[in-house]
Amino acid sequence: MSDSKADKYRKVAYYPGCALEGTGHAYDRSTRQVGKALGLDLVEVRNWNCCGAMEAKNIDPKVQTYLSSRVMSIAANEMGMDVVMAPCNGCYHNLKKAEYDLAHDADSAQVVGRLAQKAGETAYRAGQVETIHALEWIKSAIGEQGLRERIRGGLKGLRVANYYGCMYTRPRHIFPEKNAGPGSESTAKPHFMDDLLAAAGAENVEFALKTACCGGAHTLSDSDMSTRLVLNILQAAEAAGAEVIATECPTCHSGLEMHQVRAEKRFGKKTEVKIVYFTQLLGIALGLSPRKVGLHENVSDVFAALKSRGVA
Amino acid sequence: MPIHEKSLIRPENLKTHEKLVVDGVDVSGHWSTFIHSRVVTDYNEALQEEIAALPGGENIHRCWQCGSCTNACTVNAVNPDFNPRYWIYLVRMGMESELLRDKDIIWQCVSCNKCTYACPRDVVPEGVMKALSHWLELKGHTRKSPSMIFDEVFTEQVIERGRIEEGRIIQSFFRRTGQALGQDWLIEMGRRLLRRLPLAMLTRLGLSSVHAPRTHGWARSRAALREYVAEEHARQRRALGLNELIEGAQRDAAGIPHA
Repeated sequence: MSDSKADKYRKVAYYPGCALEGTGHAYDRSTRQVGKALGLDLVEVRNWNCCGAMEAKNIDPKVQTYLSSRVMSIAANEMGMDVVMAPCNGCYHNLKKAEYDLAHDADSAQVVGRLAQKAGETAYRAGQVETIHALEWIKSAIGEQGLRERIRGGLKGLRVANYYGCMYTRPRHIFPEKNAGPGSESTAKPHFMDDLLAAAGAENVEFALKTACCGGAHTLSDSDMSTRLVLNILQAAEAAGAEVIATECPTCHSGLEMHQVRAEKRFGKKTEVKIVYFTQLLGIALGLSPRKVGLHENVSDVFAALKSRGVA
Repeated sequence: MPIHEKSLIRPENLKTHEKLVVDGVDVSGHWSTFIHSRVVTDYNEALQEEIAALPGGENIHRCWQCGSCTNACTVNAVNPDFNPRYWIYLVRMGMESELLRDKDIIWQCVSCNKCTYACPRDVVPEGVMKALSHWLELKGHTRKSPSMIFDEVFTEQVIERGRIEEGRIIQSFFRRTGQALGQDWLIEMGRRLLRRLPLAMLTRLGLSSVHAPRTHGWARSRAALREYVAEEHARQRRALGLNELIEGAQRDAAGIPHA
């Protein structure tokens, strides 16, 4: 990891996105708190809009390109920032996809230019900002060694299954910085969350479903399918010996929580593994109080589980 | 002809005589299983072009049928009838009536992008699945899928206000699909959440249910997006040879079942 990257990520434009203002509130809270504890500076993107999530692209892909690029344009052209950090996989994915499309598809650039002009905005040009995920942010700005030095209490060997979901690694062409040699993230077997949590004192279990799909796109429109997919993930994590599943996406997180309850109610399949944002675990390891990282906002009772384990 | 994999042949095309003796040899039951030959006459030669004219379908011509998409597919692992490779084949061959046999499950693609990741030809099968779902709905072969209704509810809110609020999305989706809000699992989730009284979260959710979050100065973006979506949808309907006024939408509005 180069020091220039560490410096560059000390102060970034923060794009929370819609989910982090609603059901993913604990992720927003814990991300901000961890940033503060690590001495990193988050400047929220001014007057941001929805990135289009998984839905706008199905109405029209270029609507999503415009929505996502508007966020990057504000960060670059109105705030003078060169890095946008998005903790939500959906936002992160969409900004990366817009970046790729604007750089490689003249038609996308033309449509976005036209829409921005009509809206009276400066159109985003590919390359103006670098979009990163919260995982890359902490991994590059602080790193495992830096984290180890700041740990107070740590995770005491808590057995964690790290779940990354779909949007963080697929499709690979929108993530040119991944699979780029030593130190880079892998799209086949991502490890940034594993690395950070190991540095915070967790024991990562061998988990084969790191990038399996939780059915988030159809969580309400085809709920039985989502419940089956989530149940697979929960059961695989339990079989691997995990006490908690660490998440890094609000849609995956609430999907896992919701369908854990739904699997119990509709299929009679009860699982005990708890669902927790990786930033919540990092916060606890850094000595922040469980309330500060919003543990009481989780549906599955992580609070009690960590307490009985002597972690929180 | 011996049959290795009966599962690949539709039951109505298999014929077995319970009692049959041919030239003095008893071939009753299993031994006399025959396959009715299938004759396809209703090719739609425009099918591939129609799919390619819809967003996501642009690269369908590149497919060389390796099957990596189906092999990687999340939904296929749950339902073996969900077969992107086969549907791409049918489209490229113009076998529309065969495709229509699976019309009610194509929308179930979860957009996990495993197919797109695995595809060696950059076909973007995930996009093709979306194009197929749109095609089925535009042509009036299927009703609007729950997934499409969700996409519409969501995107309408984004275009209206710049941001979404989850509570409104859920309410609006349940209303449009005729589902009750009092789902047992939803009540149970609320019960579990309330045990620890997350006040900040509840206050926030409460506030946003009164004041919808919105992006300021969004009016011009809203107008530009609405105009663009209308233009694009008109272009797509023309590409499929449909009238500007979609028949399917009219049927939906009037509550008339599709043919």
